Amino acid sequence: MFDFFFNLPAVVQSLAKGLAVILVIFPMASLCTMAERKVSAWIQGRPGPNRTIVPWAAYVPVAGRMLQRLGLFQLMADGLKFLVKEEPVPGHVNKPYFILAPIVAMIPALTTVTVVPFGAYLVGGHIVPLMLANVDVGLLAVFAVSSLGIYALILAGWASNSKYPFLGGVRASAQLISYELSLTLAVLPVFLWINAPGTAGSLSLVRVVEFQSGTSGWGGAWFLFTMPLSALIFMISLFAETNRQPFDMPESEADLVGGFHTEYGAFKWALFFVAEYLNMIIGSAVFTLLFLGGWNPLPWLPLATLAGWLHLGGHPLILGVISIGIFIGKIAALIFLFMWVRWTVPRFRYDQVMRIGWQKLLPLAIANLVAYALGIALLTR
Amino acid sequence: MAVVPIERKPLTFAERTYLPQIISGLKITLRHFFKPNITLEYPEQRPAIPPGYRGVPTLVMDPNGREKCVSCQLCEFVCPPKAIRITPGALPEDGAVAHVEKGPRAFDIDMLRCIYCGLCEEVCPEEAIFLQNQYSMSGTSREEMVNHKERLYELGGTLPDRHFKWDRKKAAEEAGNAH
Repeated sequence: MFDFFFNLPAVVQSLAKGLAVILVIFPMASLCTMAERKVSAWIQGRPGPNRTIVPWAAYVPVAGRMLQRLGLFQLMADGLKFLVKEEPVPGHVNKPYFILAPIVAMIPALTTVTVVPFGAYLVGGHIVPLMLANVDVGLLAVFAVSSLGIYALILAGWASNSKYPFLGGVRASAQLISYELSLTLAVLPVFLWINAPGTAGSLSLVRVVEFQSGTSGWGGAWFLFTMPLSALIFMISLFAETNRQPFDMPESEADLVGGFHTEYGAFKWALFFVAEYLNMIIGSAVFTLLFLGGWNPLPWLPLATLAGWLHLGGHPLILGVISIGIFIGKIAALIFLFMWVRWTVPRFRYDQVMRIGWQKLLPLAIANLVAYALGIALLTR
Repeated sequence: MAVVPIERKPLTFAERTYLPQIISGLKITLRHFFKPNITLEYPEQRPAIPPGYRGVPTLVMDPNGREKCVSCQLCEFVCPPKAIRITPGALPEDGAVAHVEKGPRAFDIDMLRCIYCGLCEEVCPEEAIFLQNQYSMSGTSREEMVNHKERLYELGGTLPDRHFKWDRKKAAEEAGNAH
């Protein structure tokens, strides 16, 4: 079975892998929208969407009812609605850019997936990561491509040609650029630590996980424990970068109607929505890889040890699925954190967002970087 | 009253980082996350109607199944939005309610006008009109939203008489001390 796959032309292999990843991550993004509604409902003491059901599912005794109460069919109904409802394009918009904006939002969101490893299996005791492109630039590629996503918001805000979207777009650009600095500075200690001087440097995310795969001492500790401040700054910046509450300035419903997507409707709006959740998923994935040990089940318990216990070293398929499961579990926990925070913390004022970004987070990130640089220099001397 | 000036304490460092507050907030929302829902799932579950609720006005019959309304039209006069319209008529001499002078030939309440104030129930000397538990009215035309006499009795049914006004009156008359 594996031989057949590996004997295929490289292009076909890559296409199949890419398709598989999209087939997993796209439903995940739409599941997130439903999870968001359910989490918000449960936090507010409501049941959330729980009525929609398709006729054939109603005949399934227990499971049908359970899925109905979980709102899974509501998800399908929403998707169908977005597909078939009328797509209004207001008369006053700049049409080509207006249509381009949601596309520009989706492309970076889906492109960053390529360099994010999401699982691993063992070949002769060596970890082989599951990813689309194991490139050395790794994290740099994620940052570079994901920051292109800002253009979607600016484009949407500007092309809408009305004041609320414009304000949303302006806010988005200012906020995303501000927090990108702290985001990047916060992860530098991690790469200072894993790239010993004199060896070939790498920004690969696989390398980061390998460093967290030890069984004892510093090696097995996830970077969350050794670099808590970095993790905190990264997390806060991630909230800001993905426009999540309490940083959802670009679309603050109370003061900007809908922000940059005020003029959008139907499928174009849904694309923005899905792109936002895709960004969240990728952000959570990067956070997991950097600070939560990637696909390792527990600190000081790497995947290889687990495979040894379960005698799965020779079963790459099962081990791969397990590692992906662990990885997706961690992402799901982080996504829940995102939602949990959203339904807890009120939105910051715009000047507060700017003050936190420039006056608090950025100096803190720089101080953190300097402190870790000194510490690592002393440790590795 | 003495004014006690209270010094506002400066925020501690932990408070200024805002993080402990967020964590305590998260704890509260997590507690709510696991609490049972308080939503009433409406069409299946109905709210408990408290006594004295002012729902749709209805006409009721006495415990013997007789019409209570004597068509005095007080409710028609008191009705602030003029939703009630009564056409009085004489009653047949040989019927079960022969001792009553008149009754409503037609009794219409326009539910598009009714404001559910309950003045009709309050003013009725015969306790014939009650605002009962029904709280949702729907129809597809203006005519449908006018409750005629049959519909009013259908909605009202028979309510237990709380103080048996007529029974007591009859008993007193039979005992020879009619007022």
